[in-house]
Formats: sequence, C-alpha cells, structure tokens
Amino acid sequence: MSSTLTDLSMLELAAKLATREVSSVEATRASLQRIAQVDPKVRAFLRVDEPGALKAAEASDARRHAGSPASALDGVPVGLKDIFLTEGLETTCGSRILEGFVPPYDATVVRLLKEAGLPLVGKLNMDEFAMGSSNESSAYFPTHNPWDLTRTPGGSSGGSAAAVAAREVFGALGTDTGGSIRQPAAFTNTVGLKPTYGRVSRYGVIAFASSLDQPGPMARTVGDTAALFQLIARHDPRDSTSADVATPDCLTGLEDGVRGLKLGVPREYFTAGMDPEVEGTLRASLEEFERMGATLVDVSLPHTKYALATYYLLASSEASSNLARYDGIRYGQRAKDARGLKELYTQTRGQGFGAEVKRRIMLGTYALSAGYYDAYYLRAQKVRTLIREDFTRAFQQVDALVSPTSPVPAFKLGDKVDDPLSMYLMDVYTLPCNLAGLPGLSVPCGFTQAGLPVGLQILGRPFDEARLLRIARAFEREHDFFRRAVPV
Amino acid sequence: MPLSDFQTVIGLEVHAQLLTQSKIFCGCSTAFGAEPNHHTCPVCLGMPGVLPVLNERVVEYAVRTGLALGCTVKPTSVWSRKNYFYPDLPKGYQITQYDQPICEWGELVIDTPSGEKTVRVRRIHLEEDAGKSVHDASASAGQSLVDLNRAGVPLMEIVSEPDLRDADEAVEYLKALRDVLVYLGVNDGNLEEGSFRCDANVSVMPKGSTTYGQRCELKNLNSFRFLKQAIEYEAARQVDVLESGGKVDQETRLWDVNKGITRSMRSKEDAHDYRYFPEPDLQPLLVSDALRDSQAKVLPELPRAKRTRFMGEYGLPAYDARILTAERPLADFFEACAAHAPDAKKLSNLFLGEFSRLLKDEGTPLSALRFTPAQMGELLATVEKGTVSANAAKDVLGEMFRTGRAPADIIAEKGLAQVSDVGAVEAVVDDILAKNAGEVEKYKAGKKSVYGFFVGQVMKAMKGKGNPGLVNELLKKKLGD
Repeated sequence: MSSTLTDLSMLELAAKLATREVSSVEATRASLQRIAQVDPKVRAFLRVDEPGALKAAEASDARRHAGSPASALDGVPVGLKDIFLTEGLETTCGSRILEGFVPPYDATVVRLLKEAGLPLVGKLNMDEFAMGSSNESSAYFPTHNPWDLTRTPGGSSGGSAAAVAAREVFGALGTDTGGSIRQPAAFTNTVGLKPTYGRVSRYGVIAFASSLDQPGPMARTVGDTAALFQLIARHDPRDSTSADVATPDCLTGLEDGVRGLKLGVPREYFTAGMDPEVEGTLRASLEEFERMGATLVDVSLPHTKYALATYYLLASSEASSNLARYDGIRYGQRAKDARGLKELYTQTRGQGFGAEVKRRIMLGTYALSAGYYDAYYLRAQKVRTLIREDFTRAFQQVDALVSPTSPVPAFKLGDKVDDPLSMYLMDVYTLPCNLAGLPGLSVPCGFTQAGLPVGLQILGRPFDEARLLRIARAFEREHDFFRRAVPV
Repeated sequence: MPLSDFQTVIGLEVHAQLLTQSKIFCGCSTAFGAEPNHHTCPVCLGMPGVLPVLNERVVEYAVRTGLALGCTVKPTSVWSRKNYFYPDLPKGYQITQYDQPICEWGELVIDTPSGEKTVRVRRIHLEEDAGKSVHDASASAGQSLVDLNRAGVPLMEIVSEPDLRDADEAVEYLKALRDVLVYLGVNDGNLEEGSFRCDANVSVMPKGSTTYGQRCELKNLNSFRFLKQAIEYEAARQVDVLESGGKVDQETRLWDVNKGITRSMRSKEDAHDYRYFPEPDLQPLLVSDALRDSQAKVLPELPRAKRTRFMGEYGLPAYDARILTAERPLADFFEACAAHAPDAKKLSNLFLGEFSRLLKDEGTPLSALRFTPAQMGELLATVEKGTVSANAAKDVLGEMFRTGRAPADIIAEKGLAQVSDVGAVEAVVDDILAKNAGEVEKYKAGKKSVYGFFVGQVMKAMKGKGNPGLVNELLKKKLGD
C-alpha cells in the first residue's frame, strides 16, 4: 500500500483524502517510511520532523472527518527547502553559521501551508545560502540525484527536487534566485515554478539576493504545481515587494491546451555548449507544440549574453549585504576563542561560511566599493533594464517563450566543484528570467539515452503563471513522464 | 595671523528622533527607558528572513518638517543600505536615504547680532537608529552588552549648508530648529536624552577667503553649551595648527566634556566605505499630493511667525515675545489669557515672572492647570482697578495655581484687598504726620530722604494694604509738595 501511496500525485492523494479512502496519517507515515528507506542514499533531508508532521496529519484527518478541510490539499505531506524559517524547527540554510538556529517565527509561506493543513515532513538540503547549482555547496553533505546517485540533483533547491522525485514527499517548496527551482526540476524529472517576482511572499525566507529571490512550488505534475502555487500566491503586507494582486485560478483552464498560442523560441538560448541530447529533446518538444496547434516564432533577446555577468554582480552585491547579519552576535554559531570584536567577526564568519559563499561575499563587496560601484553595480543595473526590455519586446509578439532549462543534463557529483565558472554557466538559460522578474517554469520533456531527465523551460509575462502552467500541462498530457518509475 | 583674522565656517547635521509610537520598519514601541531588548521583534533584531515595512507616520512627519522649512518635498525618494559591522547594528547595514532624500533645499531664518540671517537646509532624510552597546559594570569582565530597544527607532537627519559663521550662530540655528520641530509635534527636542542630536562640521579660513578650509566633524555635543564650547575650541585648534605651519586633517573628533577639548576619534583613512546601494527590500518612497496636502493643512504657525505676531498684536517687546512663543502650549495659553486680560504687557510680566516660577517649581504641565484663562484675566483686572497690589496678585496667582479657586474668593478670604478709601487712608496719613512732627520739620527744611520713612510708617499702620498710589498722593499733598 505505502509504496504505491507515495507514487500518487498531490491531487490524486487529495482526492483519496477527500473520500477518506486514505488518511493523512497514512500518507504521512508512507512518506516517512519512504524517507527512511531511500534517504540514506538520496540524502535530500537535513532534518525530518516526524512528530510535527504526524501531529499535523492527525489534525488534518480530524478536519476531513468533520467535513471541513482547510484547503484542497489539506493533509498532503510536503517538504520545505531549509531556507524557509519554521518556528521551533532548526533552520540552517545549508550553512554551518546557522547550525542550531531555531527560528522564533514561521515564514509567511510556511504559515500559509500550515493553515492549509499540509503536514510539513522536514527541511530539505540546499546549496549554502542557495549559492550553487549542484547542492554540493551545502555545508552538511551533497544530495544525490534519484535517477543516478552518482549525479547531482541540481541546485540550489536540489534537496527539494530530489525528495519530490524520489517520492519521499508529494511536493515541496523551493526558492529560485537564478534558476534554483527550475534547474533541479529539470535534472530530476519534476515540475518547478518560479513565480513572478512579488507573487509569493519572501517574509521568513532567508535572503540571498533580495531583488531576485522568489519562492515557488516543486512537484511531480503540473496540476500539483498549480495547486501548491495557489496556496502560496498571496499578497503579504509583511513583504513590501509583495504584489497586491489576487490569487490566480490556475486549475480551471489548465486543460485548455496550446492551440492558437504563439510560442517564442529565443535564438540566443540555442547556443554552442548545449548538450546534443538536450538539444535534440528540445527540438522534438518544439515540434510537438506545433502539432498541438501552437505557432513557433523565432525571437531575439539580444542582451542575453550579458545576463550571466549582470546576475553575478547584482546577486553577489545584494548577498554581501544580506549575509552581514551572520556575525555571531545574536544567533547562530559564534567562534569560541575569539578575542576582541574584530576577531569575533573574522573567526565566526571565516569558520561559518563555506568557500562559495565567501567567494560571492567578496565579489559583491568589491562591486559595491567606492570607486567600483559605477563600473559594476550601477552598470549591471542598467544592463538589467536592457534585459527586461528584451523580454518586454518579445512578449509583444508571443504569448510565452520556450527553451531548454539547462544546457546539460545532471552532471556527476564532483565534476564542477573546482570550476566555479562552468558551474555558473549552468544557469545561463534560467537567470535572465530572474533579472526581468518574470515567471518561469520547468516541465519534464524527456530523458537522455542514459536515462537522465531533460527539462523544458517556459517563460511568461508578469503574473501569467496560469498560462505557463496550461502550456506545460498540454505537453505533460501527451507524455506522462511523471509516471516513469524512479530507479532508487 | 591671529585668531581674529580667521573666519569660522560651520554646518550642522541634526538627528531628530520622530515622535512615533512604533519603530520605522516594525511595530515595536519606541518608548524610552524599557528593560534592555524589551522592545524588539524578529524584524528589529535582524533575524534571518525578516523584511522592513515602512511606518507611514514617519513619512508624514518628514513631509511636515520639509514643508515647514520650505524644502522641496520629493515625489520619489529612495531607501539605501549603509553597510558596516557593529554589534548594535543588527542587520549589518542601516536602512537610510542616501543620494535621493525625501526633502531638499529649504531654509531657516535665525537672529544674529547683525540682524536676520537665512541658513540653507541642504537635505532632510529618514533612517533607522542603531541599538546601544553597553560597556559598563553591568557586563562581566571582557564582555560588552547590546541593547536593541533603540534599533529601528525612526530618525530624521537635517543637514544645513555651511552657512553658520560662529558658535553663537550655530547655537541660535540649533535652538530655532529645535523650536520648529517641537512646534510641529515631530520631535521632543531633548538633547540630553539624545532624541535631538547634533554633529558639527567646523573649518576655518582666512577672513575674506572664499575657499573653505579642511573640515572636521565634531560629535558628542549633547547640549547647547557643549556645542558652543566645542566649536570655539575646535576653531582655535585649527587656527593653531595652521599658524604653526601644519594642515588640518579631515577627521571625526569627539568633544571631551571633562577636559573641554575635542580629540581625534577617526581619521579619513579609517573612514568606512559604507558601500551604499539601493535597498532592494523597499520600493522607492512615493509622496502623493494627498499626503503633502494633508501635512500642509496641519502645519501650525511657526515660532518665528508667532513671535512677530505677538510683537505686533500685543505690543510686546521682542524679548517677551520670544520667551512666550518658545513653546507652543505656553504661547497658546498666553493667547487664551490675553483675550481676557486688560493689558497684554502686564500679562506678559506675570507670565515671565511669577507664572513661570510656579510652573517650574510645581512641575505642573500647562495641560494640568487648575485655573482658566478667564480667571487669569480677572486677576489682572483686579490689579488694574487697584483692588489688589501687584505684589498681592502674585500670592493670589499662587493660590489659584494650587487650588483653582476664583481670584475674587481668594482675595476676600485672605483679605488681600487694598484700602483705596480716601477718608480711611487720609486718617492714617494725618495720624502719622502728627506723631512725627520732628521728621516733618526736617522734611520741610529740605531733607527729602525722610519721605520714605513716612510711606513706610503709613503702610505699616495699614498692614500693607494701603493703595500705594493713594498713600503717595495724600502724603505729598499734606507735606505741601
């Protein structure tokens, strides 16, 4: 029972919970059992909150019993990237510097999920402070890709993607600053949605780059992703960058297909360096969209080539400031034998942060320094505007853009650890969307011959998530890649 | 060149704590004097994941101040992060306004010995306060403590142009600015508690020069006296440096209250690179026309305008008008009383004298006074009519102050009414002159100094209640003057 139970999609499980065919406690126990069974190999979880999840499941069952579920997904167990603050439950953001930090409050999205009745099974591994594309910069351990344990699940929401792919949870929340939801989704045959900047509250989400960060849902199907998205897409007065727009209805038109839609294919996204199998899979997917009645339009996003440099300047600048609060004074780790204030700072931060985090703090500090600000930060902001305008122009011609999510499938753990630049290049198709604040989604579009998942990225206009989900669903309906059994 | 051949140039940066109930970016209380770290929450503690949400009242107060100082209120201004590490700065950066402040280019008129002077205000910007590091005995050895009650308290920084030319002008500007802010109800004007703080940028240049000298920033000036002393000391120090062939270094200097000197705190080389950049967690600050208009509507008559009006409307000297208008409640109360008083100058005398003394001694706020402006008017009318002497009126006021009873009742009960009956006074005068015939002889022989003796004797005989005017009049008549 339990092994098949964990294979259900969130919506399938929700239907069984609604008819009381399955209880939330059963589903949560199945999830916990699956974690016990496969997580020693996958290592998606930093910590599992069994008592908390079961307590929430019992409460959910009581609501279902009383005929008053809190939401459509009441009782469906999910996981959280360890970047979301959970009251009373340790939150480390994949960093040593926050080891032992128990937050005094819940992130807004955590509160929303709790209010919607979803048992929160535990906290998922990630690259330290979400800086990385492979989960290898986690201060604790790397997570393994359930499709090939020698490979990375991607990053930084690699733990979330791996846990969803390995059927350890039915869905999860991740965050996406430059592709951190979409790239791991592509690497693990899962669906990941990075909402429009401002759509989902950042309150209680540990900041990496404030103007780029956006929480979003990760699940095995497009429908699940849409359902989870609707629970968290709420205006939040605690986040001044939260958009005061109504929660969209993404489920009603989900099956409407792509007939008559114009899909732009950005020529700058099909460049040298793309894995031939990825390109082949993508080209086939594009033809399929045409067969389903969409029109493909060749479009140009001419400033794409500057996106990587722009992103690393802006994201690192913001990060250098956002991470200043980890000083050992008020919470988290503090160096033991430091003498004097300066030593306390240098030792705490020297010991507490990993190499990649330090690299980005230094890069950002440099870019903001007197004498360099104009040449780096300010210029990057100007280029960001140009990149945004590229998209605005493109969306005058087309309804959405389609591209590969990542130029390559999941790579071997250890392969790029010593080559930060090639690691940064992983994000080349995903990060322009963050710079422009647009919604983006990755949906499974096939497998390589070696059995590695390939993802298709769909980018849309601001607040047009419903259309992205509809396009993704049209594709998913033809394939059901999510039914494919994961080898782990 | 001697000191007198140099011109001092001063600009002031004032930090005024805004009188809001809650902090600038969270809902915590701004009340002073709570247990350490009592007024804190995840936001002002700089916990991971927190975000700032702007307190709208803060914007209203800044706009009100900007309008009062004749500034351009910017429809759009920008929040920035000022990055530096310090234990009492929870986020490792201060949210402030940098290159695009909320208000620019206003002015404040002050009085100087050579007349009115207009001091330009370059900018007004908003920011959050930091917490407080405690290095005193309450910490164990080798430790410092941090109190974050102040962290996130809203501050408004008002920066003047270097238009001030000596310490007295600086003090005058600071006082005038404080009066304006207190009038506006945006600040309590308390230098000692630090809710109204001032740094001074001081430089010297040879008289006649148009090129400013290198400036030093003076800190720890928490009284008007210290501001004056520190500027005077610093100007003399800089002249000494120049005269001995040296050059003034740009630095931050601390006023040492005990030694009465300024000493170097931080040189330019040690200056932080604050790495300012726009705060991504806050949208640009938009000031709508509606907000602007709402603040223009609540703008009160400002101290200077009120002073000028008091001089014109009530015929008061500048000295009186200034004191009466220094604080809005006092000015308001004066005006309420003046509506009932026969003579504004005599009312002013009472305000500046006995009434001020009573307020101070009894520690009573104006809002808690027991008597009405009409009663104050009655009291003055009784003096005018000669019912009581000006001296006795002070006692009556004291009693009104303490009990709130009507002046007529107090005068009757205490028997303070003067004897103004001509027959009664004349009888006493005749009696005294008769009893002191020898002295009368001397007076008539030219020893005019005995006159005071007669007055004293008459008043003594009347237990001080004789109407002094009448006593004089009758004495002089009887003595044949």
